[in-house]
Amino acid sequence: MSFYGLVDGTEASLKKYLGSLSGVDQVGADARAAMLATRSIKTTSKRWAIDTAITMVDLTTLEGADTPGKVKALCTKAVRPDPTDASVPSVGAVCVYNDMVGIARTHLDLIGGHHVGVAAVSTAFPSGRASMAVKIQDTKDAVEAGASEIDMVIDRGAFLSGRYIEVFDEIVKIRDICGTKAHLKVIFETGELVTYDNVRKASFLAMAAGADFIKTSTGKVAPAATAPVVLVMLEAVRDFYAMTQVRIGVKPAGGIRNTKDAIKQLVLVNETAGPEWLKPSLFRIGASALLNDLLMQRMKMDDGYYASPQYVTID
Amino acid sequence: MGEKLTFEYAPAPESRALVSIKPKYGHFIGGKFVAGSKHFPTINPATEEVLSQIALAGKNDIDAAVKAARKAYTTTWSKMSGKERGKYLFRIARIMQERSREFAVLETLDNGKPIRESRDVDVPLAAAHFFYHAGWADKLEYAGLGTTPKAHGVAGQIIPWNFPLLMLAWKVAPALAAGNTVVLKPAETTSLTALLFAEVCQQAELPAGVVNIVTGDGSTGALIVNHPGIDKIAFTGSTEVGKIIARAVAPTNKSVTLELGGKAANIIFEDAAIDESVEGIVNGIFFNQGHVCCAGSRLILQESIADEVLEKLKNRMAKIRVGDPMDKNTDLGAINSKEQLLKIRELTAVGDSEGAQRWSAPCDLPGKGFWFAPTIFTGVTQAHRIAREEIFGPVLSILTFRTPQEGIDKANNTPFGLSAGIWSEKGSKILWASQQLRAGVIWANTFNKFDPTSPFGGYKESGWGREGGRHGLSAYLKGVSHE
Repeated sequence: MSFYGLVDGTEASLKKYLGSLSGVDQVGADARAAMLATRSIKTTSKRWAIDTAITMVDLTTLEGADTPGKVKALCTKAVRPDPTDASVPSVGAVCVYNDMVGIARTHLDLIGGHHVGVAAVSTAFPSGRASMAVKIQDTKDAVEAGASEIDMVIDRGAFLSGRYIEVFDEIVKIRDICGTKAHLKVIFETGELVTYDNVRKASFLAMAAGADFIKTSTGKVAPAATAPVVLVMLEAVRDFYAMTQVRIGVKPAGGIRNTKDAIKQLVLVNETAGPEWLKPSLFRIGASALLNDLLMQRMKMDDGYYASPQYVTID
Repeated sequence: MGEKLTFEYAPAPESRALVSIKPKYGHFIGGKFVAGSKHFPTINPATEEVLSQIALAGKNDIDAAVKAARKAYTTTWSKMSGKERGKYLFRIARIMQERSREFAVLETLDNGKPIRESRDVDVPLAAAHFFYHAGWADKLEYAGLGTTPKAHGVAGQIIPWNFPLLMLAWKVAPALAAGNTVVLKPAETTSLTALLFAEVCQQAELPAGVVNIVTGDGSTGALIVNHPGIDKIAFTGSTEVGKIIARAVAPTNKSVTLELGGKAANIIFEDAAIDESVEGIVNGIFFNQGHVCCAGSRLILQESIADEVLEKLKNRMAKIRVGDPMDKNTDLGAINSKEQLLKIRELTAVGDSEGAQRWSAPCDLPGKGFWFAPTIFTGVTQAHRIAREEIFGPVLSILTFRTPQEGIDKANNTPFGLSAGIWSEKGSKILWASQQLRAGVIWANTFNKFDPTSPFGGYKESGWGREGGRHGLSAYLKGVSHE
């Protein structure tokens, strides 16, 4: 593999590549994110943002208690988020555990949701603590069951102890299994990487290794998709595009629960990576509760008042 | 969903209904608004709409204001305990917070700065200055000037148009905390928030004559500077006027503080965090349209990262939202006056003619009002006028350096010395550079951060004395040893 000509697959070249990255000043990144959070998005732009955000949702259920019934209900909602309003777009994908992929794909196809992807969390999600053989088998299972997107976790232990080449090799191997069948999203678990320097480093590492998307978190660790972390990742994909002419996607996940938060994310995208990233093929939001709030706000904009929560469906 | 591909922000204007602007204003003397004789218009620089008529104070008005201030000083304010004075300052601070939206809207209308900045920076900081100095009022014996420091008496204060309310707070709060009474003149183009502040003084039931506000132009300022009844002059403005004031008060007993111009160096070392440095450059020169005495108007950039930084800077500048200052999403508002706009145009034309390369962010400027697109000049050297003279607008001159010492030498090669910025991820380099730089305020990995506890002021031709913190307070006190 060529790795965009940035590294040759050796540890030395990876170290050189990561060592060439500029640092991130935490205070400055926090300040920029806080400033962008003051943008006031009203009327037509709010309506556009809500519909765009709906198309970017990876509607997620990742619970030990997930059942076929629960996953089917989620799929139905993903295709038609508001059963009373056909103008509401479908979400980007449903995101489920590995063993639910087949059920999700079959049900989506059954109800006319061919255009909605199935994302499978993989590589011993959420901790990533398993042997490579297990991680590979995990991913193969998901791809064979029909997953169109693989959300893998990196080995944070390896990353934090400086064994970057191991993290890199894992991503390369999983990328290989995804082949042309599935897009690869690489989850950093930024709440465990902690520093923005690490987030920037992980971003460049994953992009060179072949990630289609870089993703903040599993949703199982807090803090998750904070605005400054997403800012740093958006800067990384912007800079990576300048280097390679390839656009990598970004997926914040965890902690984005309402419309205001989602719109703040879109503002970050718009003013950092740029408007080219404002589409579901380059920006996704991993969420579950968010979708209903987007629907509530959409109804409010149409009707002029807030409806009872009973007017949006639980999944 | 719609097929619109870009995220256009719909207008999000702040409501103007919050403020009521009178068609005509007088002066605030002895606790009352008194009619002026002559008037001049004050306009909204974003629309050229006439907002109101402002009184032009003459000799009689200044005499009356100084007399009222002297009377208040002698009969009330100097006799009041520090604890009681502090209560008034706390009350003023609280009222400013309660009326913060009103102040922010008025400031934006009269000055042209974005509502985001007046709302998030000017007004909260102004209130913070009153809160901070309120705490000093009963602790003056700890100001480092001996056990019984004394107020000067009547302070004459002349403030600029770039941060009208904030500069008022920088002047009035320490003066009152130290026990002085004041005669303050706001800038000719931005009197409205000072006049609203006069209302706040009434609302706080501040004793009559402790704060007097007279409006006018340079001639009014000269009357204050030369008035024999004034004990202390505090001025913020251009170095040119500062020199005139220094000459005028030299043969008198007046104490003086001057906060003057700057041509601050913002030094980016090759080991800086690049994205945050770019933010710092933007904040350094485009905050408040560059109408900032401590603006980072000279970018001193290490050559090894110059191309990368310039590309990122242009990319970032293209995202600066220029336009209606009342819109909550506006980043860069209107130039404060036609006169200032002409000065910016004149100096940037000099930049062109001296061979520097101009680049302006692509943006649509409104048809009415005074506007200047965010602009950088590359290929600037120490020998260019735009590297030496204060432009006081959204214009950045970019110079490069090869070694850290050369960067410092270029940064210091200016008659000014108000502020400087250092960008590096290496702590030892920051400490070394900050010791070499001859500037009153040095920011590391940030820029344009202000706090009432931190002294602010310049080296060389950037001024005399400090404002803010204990150092600033001492400018309004006489130590025992000075008597």
